Amino acid sequence: MSAPEIRVPRAPGKTTVVRPNMSARERFKRIVERRELLVGMVRNELKIKYKNSVLGFAWSLLNPLLYLVVFYIAFTLILGSGIPAFPIWLLSGLLVWNLFSTGLGAATGSVVANSGLVKKVSFPREILPIAAVGSMLVHFFLQSSVLFVVLAIVRWDVAWAYIPLIPLALIVLLLLTSALGILLSAINVYLRDTSHFLELALLAWFWMTPIVYQFQTVARKPGWSKWPWFANPVTPIVLVFQRSIYARLDNVHTVNGVRTVTPLLPHWPYWGFVAYLGYSLAFAVITLTLAVRVFGRSEANFAEEL
Amino acid sequence: MTAAIEVRSVSKQFKLYHEHYTSLKERFIHYGRIPYEPFMALEDVDFDVEQGSTVGILGHNGCGKSTLLKCVAGILQPTRGEIVTRGRMAALLELGAGFNHELTGRENVFMNASILGLSKRDTVKIFDEIVAFAELEKFIDMQVRHYSSGMYVRLGFAVAVNVEPDILLVDEVLSVGDEAFQRKCIERVKKFQQEGRTILVVTHAADLVRRICDRAIVLDHGKLVIDALPGEAVRVFRESLHGGELNESSEPGPAEIEPEAGAAPIAETATHRVRITNVLVEHPGLTERNWLLPDEPMTIRLGYHATERTDDILFGILIHDQDGNQLFGTNTRLLGIDVPPADGAGEMSFEFHRVPLLDGTYLVTLAIQSVDEGTVYDWREQQTSFEVMNPSQTSGLVSFPLDVKFVDPAQATQGTGPSPGTGA
Repeated sequence: MSAPEIRVPRAPGKTTVVRPNMSARERFKRIVERRELLVGMVRNELKIKYKNSVLGFAWSLLNPLLYLVVFYIAFTLILGSGIPAFPIWLLSGLLVWNLFSTGLGAATGSVVANSGLVKKVSFPREILPIAAVGSMLVHFFLQSSVLFVVLAIVRWDVAWAYIPLIPLALIVLLLLTSALGILLSAINVYLRDTSHFLELALLAWFWMTPIVYQFQTVARKPGWSKWPWFANPVTPIVLVFQRSIYARLDNVHTVNGVRTVTPLLPHWPYWGFVAYLGYSLAFAVITLTLAVRVFGRSEANFAEEL
Repeated sequence: MTAAIEVRSVSKQFKLYHEHYTSLKERFIHYGRIPYEPFMALEDVDFDVEQGSTVGILGHNGCGKSTLLKCVAGILQPTRGEIVTRGRMAALLELGAGFNHELTGRENVFMNASILGLSKRDTVKIFDEIVAFAELEKFIDMQVRHYSSGMYVRLGFAVAVNVEPDILLVDEVLSVGDEAFQRKCIERVKKFQQEGRTILVVTHAADLVRRICDRAIVLDHGKLVIDALPGEAVRVFRESLHGGELNESSEPGPAEIEPEAGAAPIAETATHRVRITNVLVEHPGLTERNWLLPDEPMTIRLGYHATERTDDILFGILIHDQDGNQLFGTNTRLLGIDVPPADGAGEMSFEFHRVPLLDGTYLVTLAIQSVDEGTVYDWREQQTSFEVMNPSQTSGLVSFPLDVKFVDPAQATQGTGPSPGTGA
């Protein structure tokens, strides 16, 4: 009945190999090949997020503003942190942190949240956590506008020489967030309470990062206890942002005729910041390689576990 | 021809947990003692799918056929072995294609096409075609969450077949949707075959395999049983299905009596005057197979025993299919056959010149009654069965006797049309 009619031979297309234990290199290649899908997924995430909200993107601006108010009251009015222009100080570090923490949170849940897709279609699954970080990057840019407005209004002098380090720091941060996000998203498939632990970890991590207090307060403490602070890969990124945007190394003020100098940021030369950022980059790259490996190994069973 | 899909000794092991702990807390509490059983869903499966061919994967539920398809699709990774596929692949697994319920149909089409490897520009080009194929023009800007399941499946199928895949993987999808849409899908599959695309179909519908496949493989408990032409594969599939049922079920059914196993004595259930003592189904290929080919002759032999001389007697036979439809029924009185009086042991037979059936298992009911059918001496309701296997690609149930003829075109154009008088 269905006699094989004359069939046109087709040129063989791209070869795909499915096998256990694909190398990290191959996995990276697959991700890069599908960048258009990544962009599409970021767009969809944003669309879904704001589909049913009247204020839309305005909500994402409210979050840093609220933080600003709370921390201003707590640290300037109540505790008297001694950091002049505290809102600018805070925002230059907090926006970066928000990108990190919200990106990581979204990435961790991404595979489970998209289980319908994971169970039905094949694509490099790493794109899910990366897209989650990507959508938070869009928020970051929007939130940054708050900072830009503040800077413009008060005619703040930024350190122009350090501004080129900002995109670099941002790339390092994206790598780091994606790396941890990929790792945690895979773990979250098997251990669904990962996000709860992540919340606690992020809370501790926030206070171990010099965002509301100054780096120099910790750096000048004696002993080894400060090394976890230095080892924190988010610290160099925050420092670069503070150095270039806040740009005040010391707080010089005169109380009753006595000149006091409170150090805020390290007096390092330019390359000092670059080198410290390099540490973060190395940390991010190593974590990313590890994460892609772990992800690759556990991906084999995603479709069953979900 | 190169292979579009190469499956190289693929094994897939699942862990079956008695209790599955999915939180760190639970894992911690039960650390080191989470019992599981390893379960081999696929064991060393090895086959090729030539470019441009259509291959069916047959097997009963739980045989690993969907797992195999998911491995080919890259959704699951095999535990061992590897799968090489050449060309763009679109897969339709179970229902739907992983749409996001929050997004509209339009957005999902773009998303899905993008996942399948299409650029946005290419998707724009085929978008109208997709929507037309799915017949969702009015609903395309509606959120997918408001779609009916039929609409959902239609859209998934429409995307998969319109992204110009080189390889199409289909898992039971052709059995959903309304009849018109099903026909459309089959037509599209046929068109794909003509265009030289490769198709891998998972199904347990033997008829579909016969209709559209060039070859079929049969999986049983994760192992590849046979890789053959559809007719042969369907036969093996039926056998494995049959074998499985025999082993698993102990309830009395039509399979209780092995009609082919020789003169099996039938349990004495009646204390009537005439009893059926044994039933035997005979056909020409009895020695090497226990099924009939279409149009083969068949003889049903019936042994009986009468405790006293009985003149008032007729023999009846009914044949049903497995859905309970009666296909045939007659008896010696209706046939106008003189029945010799029964006394002591006797034997008679129903000899069918040919069985014009194509495929399936059929149940035979035998009866011995008084001529007015008022007294039933013995009645064996569907205790005997026979099976017909169709080795060809013709589909259906009945083997209609058929000749195909063509009118000589030279003569047809001369006259006003084909008429019986102008024949040679």
